[in-house]
Amino acid sequence: MAAVEMPVEKWTGKVHEVRLGGEGRKSIVVGGETTLPFLHFEGSIPNRIAVAVEVQDQEPSDWATSLVSAWGDVLRDPGAWAKKAAEFGADIIVLRLRSAHPEERNTGAAEAKAAVDKVLSAVDLPVIVLGPEVAEKDNEVLVAASEVARGSRVALGNCMEKNYRTIAATAIADGHVVIAKTPIEINLAKQLNILISDIGVPVDAILMDPTTGALGYGLEYSYSMMERLHLAALQGDAMTAMPMVCTVGEEAWRQKEARVAEGVPASWGDHEQRSLLWEEFTAISLINSGADIVVLRHPKAVEVVKATIDRLMSQV
Amino acid sequence: MALTGIEIYKLLPKTNCKECGFPTCLAFAMKVAAKAVEISLCPDLSEEAKQALEAAARPPIRLVTIGAGERKVEVGNEVVMFRHEKTFYHPPGLMFRVNDTAAPEEIAKLVEEVASYSVERVGMQLELDGFAIDNKSGDAAAFANCAELVESKTDLPLVLMSSDPACMSAALEKVATGKPLLYAANKDNSDKMVELALKYGCPLAVYASDGLSELAELTEKVSEGGVEDIVIDPGARDFAQSLTTLTQLRRLALRKSFRPLGYPIITFPGEAAASAEEEALLAGQQIAKYAGIIVLDRFSPSVAYPLLTLRLNIYIDPQKPIQMTPGVYQIGAPKETSPLCVTTNFSLTYFSVAGELESSAWASWLLVCDTEGLSVLTSWAAGKFDAEKIAKSVKEFDVAKNISHRSLVLLGKVAVLRGELEEELPDWKIMVGPLEAMDIGGYLKQHWTA
Repeated sequence: MAAVEMPVEKWTGKVHEVRLGGEGRKSIVVGGETTLPFLHFEGSIPNRIAVAVEVQDQEPSDWATSLVSAWGDVLRDPGAWAKKAAEFGADIIVLRLRSAHPEERNTGAAEAKAAVDKVLSAVDLPVIVLGPEVAEKDNEVLVAASEVARGSRVALGNCMEKNYRTIAATAIADGHVVIAKTPIEINLAKQLNILISDIGVPVDAILMDPTTGALGYGLEYSYSMMERLHLAALQGDAMTAMPMVCTVGEEAWRQKEARVAEGVPASWGDHEQRSLLWEEFTAISLINSGADIVVLRHPKAVEVVKATIDRLMSQV
Repeated sequence: MALTGIEIYKLLPKTNCKECGFPTCLAFAMKVAAKAVEISLCPDLSEEAKQALEAAARPPIRLVTIGAGERKVEVGNEVVMFRHEKTFYHPPGLMFRVNDTAAPEEIAKLVEEVASYSVERVGMQLELDGFAIDNKSGDAAAFANCAELVESKTDLPLVLMSSDPACMSAALEKVATGKPLLYAANKDNSDKMVELALKYGCPLAVYASDGLSELAELTEKVSEGGVEDIVIDPGARDFAQSLTTLTQLRRLALRKSFRPLGYPIITFPGEAAASAEEEALLAGQQIAKYAGIIVLDRFSPSVAYPLLTLRLNIYIDPQKPIQMTPGVYQIGAPKETSPLCVTTNFSLTYFSVAGELESSAWASWLLVCDTEGLSVLTSWAAGKFDAEKIAKSVKEFDVAKNISHRSLVLLGKVAVLRGELEEELPDWKIMVGPLEAMDIGGYLKQHWTA
């Protein structure tokens, strides 16, 4: 019989390429895919999927003990923490300005500037700065972060439907990238990308966060939403073609399966391995549905996910 | 592929006899095309027409059954590349490999552990699916004894793994009634394997790792030999290779209607993995990307639980989230002074909340509002979980009749609803509960005074 003919899809679109870092610090480009995840035979995947590591500007009070012991003392200092994350293999540092949350210490611009400065001087990796996700506070601390980070081309997040203007404007002024975050809905994601583009942010300076559901807690919604966004991008829709960021560590480690060691069913098994797998399964599933950057928490997960990305990036 | 009404009409007797219940053959054909009625309602269908209709109705990926009895596994018959296009129907079977070189006590222990493994999630019991007995010894008696031992301990389906027809035959003499999957026919042994599959009525796996053309050639040979229940192994063992090959196979079956490769796929994620974690992650990828049977080498509950959870996530029908019936639920044995909490009817939300209330020993009333199966934040964003809806539910389910107090705890990140809810329910005290289900116990301890 004749040789089997491989079906190859002819995609017309492409995920936008977005560069972070540069000017004296390492730079990284994400996006640029012209096919579905890792289907090297039908298109190009010019940039490796990036692994970012989350650092907070204050010592986390609610982290699982296994996470705390994996990091140790550096959790008290964002600079030292970022440095250690770089040693563990982070491609990008994500600095979460958590202390600015009104229910935490409600810190303001000055503290934000200091934390961003610490991280930028501690490592030469590209940086993403996330606010506490409270609109007014985000505007305050991200504008401050933007100023300090001028020239380092960081990503500022998050632009939400209610407060994208200030953050987008400051990103344009200081030459940064923005992250557009929407709640697991394809039309909302597209609409916010359009709004942000309309006020002048170029498409090579927008990342999107379609909202991450952890394994067992809405993973399937994120998974399918991201597949739909990625397919729409490949079919030529430039407003769904922003590279995707997933806050995997934050979501996975919020769940009981990852956090709780005692008083759970025996069928949940060894806590250490289960909690790691919870983060890793969430990461690999979302990488296979189109993520360009996954933000992780556990150093071991960083190692395992990076090794898996290497395997997936290798041409068959 | 599916026929149109006109194509079906051409195959009908065109007598308009009305026996089928429709006034004309054409009207009947249209209903059949719309899958509203079965073609078998036509009493005068010719043999030729029957065959043509059957061939057209044949699914692009054959449904194959492994095992017999209640715990048999059905795989295949998938119709889409992406779950959002419709749904994935048949969750892959998760089986564990048993080597016939292992000590009997060791085998018995593994079988016991896997077969009795069960974990609860959103009100369902999730379980593992079977065993693959590997003829590592190359010895017929050892293989047969091992198969017999496993079968004596479990009624889960089996895969018999041997490329030696003599060994396969020996094992089949012991365990054929369980309809195991025979793994595998290759280019050297396929005639003998076909013979065994036919003799015992078992499904047969076909293995060819040197290209899909060779694999297709072999499945055609096997199918011409009379075996229809086929499972294929293209030999892809690593992450990238598995993703590429399994995607190509699914596309060939669905997009090209390529029959020789329209079968479920068996994978072995442990063979190229250096650790249990790596194996688990590759198995996870294969759950989402197109495996039918997954044979694992390493069992532990901490791997089984995330794998089963992922399988549940990926194979849930995206159009029908698991929902709870709206109403007032009793957690424990609540009294009239017990707390009243409010949440949505998304099953996961319900089970997270109910589980926490139970484990923190708070007997309570849980008001579940109809949010069409959406979670708290999603339904709030979609306007399906607002003050009006909650107030309506409070009245509709007559929540007040059970309790002496008038306090209501809002759960999740919907503190924003408090103001409006106070307007809608002026006699009630609205309390803003914790953001996460796992903090409910602590919250009630601190704040509940009724």
